[in-house]
Amino acid sequence: SEEEECEHQAESSSHSSDRTTIIAIAFEGGVVIGSDSRVSAGASVVNRVMNKLSPLHDKIYCALSGSAADAQTMAEIVNYQLDVHSIEVGEDPLVRSAATLVKNISYKYKEELSAHLIVAGWDRRAGGQVYVTLDGLLARQPFAIGGSGSSYIYGFVDAEYRQGMTKKDCQEFVVNALALAMNRDGSSGGVAYFVTIDKDGTDEKCILGNKLPTFFDE
Amino acid sequence: MSSIGTGYDLSASTFSPDGRVFQVEYAMKAVENSSTAIGIRCKDGVVFGVEKLVLSKLYEQGSNKRIFNIDRHVGMAVAGLLADARSLSEVAREEASNFRSNYGHDIPLKHLADRVAMYVHAYTLYSAVRPFGCSFILGSHDEDDGPQLYMVDPSGISYGYWGCAIGKAKQAAKTEIEKLQMKDMTCRELVKEVAKIIYIVHDEVKDKAFELELSWVGEVTKGRHELVPKDIKEEAEKYAKDSLEEEDDSDEDNM
Repeated sequence: SEEEECEHQAESSSHSSDRTTIIAIAFEGGVVIGSDSRVSAGASVVNRVMNKLSPLHDKIYCALSGSAADAQTMAEIVNYQLDVHSIEVGEDPLVRSAATLVKNISYKYKEELSAHLIVAGWDRRAGGQVYVTLDGLLARQPFAIGGSGSSYIYGFVDAEYRQGMTKKDCQEFVVNALALAMNRDGSSGGVAYFVTIDKDGTDEKCILGNKLPTFFDE
Repeated sequence: MSSIGTGYDLSASTFSPDGRVFQVEYAMKAVENSSTAIGIRCKDGVVFGVEKLVLSKLYEQGSNKRIFNIDRHVGMAVAGLLADARSLSEVAREEASNFRSNYGHDIPLKHLADRVAMYVHAYTLYSAVRPFGCSFILGSHDEDDGPQLYMVDPSGISYGYWGCAIGKAKQAAKTEIEKLQMKDMTCRELVKEVAKIIYIVHDEVKDKAFELELSWVGEVTKGRHELVPKDIKEEAEKYAKDSLEEEDDSDEDNM
């Protein structure tokens, strides 16, 4: 099945870095967060099926870019902090809390770390939210893109985004954006992973390379 | 009903044979000697009222406040040793501030009450320190969870309430509070009732002059905890005084 083929092999190669494409978009009632699956070390593709979407809590995910080790470690730490926090407070954590925790690490260690996490999820107070935490800032946005592949799709996302998109619109938006970036960016490729989060739960999907949408030159 | 805890009451690290920690009970006595504070939760907010006894005419009006602000959205009314209460208000402020710094949003009131209660409890474990001699009521209002009210006592337990009273006249105050249908009232209506209750439980004979401190947090203040504005407070005090006179008059008629 598609999911089995997309099962990621955890590569702990210390010299591999995440040149990547990540994206997240919020809609009324949830978010869609997506990434490519290529991990490259220079010209070599070290892992072609890496899932760069990491859960921070049941309904909060983050997309990893930058140094693989730094990003994964940050995600693990925040996952732990949110576990403790949600038990202390007695309810599911807010997306804002998760994003603030990521931001606090990013900012405090900004000289040592090189990773950008996009945090996206759903909570009962503010619905679907997307936060960027680049360089230790914290900003909420309707959608966000990141990684080396994002440079190639700024025009696309700026032109295509409209307010009031439905869940399905957002899923198409994410898959199209990823496909375009993966076509042009040498450091992005493989399969497209995306996760849809809303009040009813979390739905993880994977689209194989040959099933991605095609454009004029394919 | 004071009992003598001979020998078992010298430190908080000792149980009595019947399973009591006397130092904590003595701390609660300190609260009972203090003048009354009440907090009531209504449909759209929380109102605090404190009977602040004025021991001397030379005091500046408004000094030694017994209602504190903990972060923008939380109020704290205290009874007991005021210095202990001030120290705890600083603890609460730091908790709220750290929470905001770590998690990026207002601290939920239950969590704050739990954290401060844990701190108070810690001081009931060791002989090197004494328990805090104060109880306090925390209240806040937010859009999602509505109004909330918690009380913490010197033993370090926190309770959630619709209405509660601490201090010397707490029994009388609780009786009055129970008469209210607070779940159907708004803050504006409740302010007057809170003032009235403080006036009712104030003992003219023993305690002479007092100042009423009133504060609220709710939809009427857009979620910020504030002292009740002067004009509304005056209206509430007038209502309280008038209600008392009516009751006095009706007592005479019954003769």
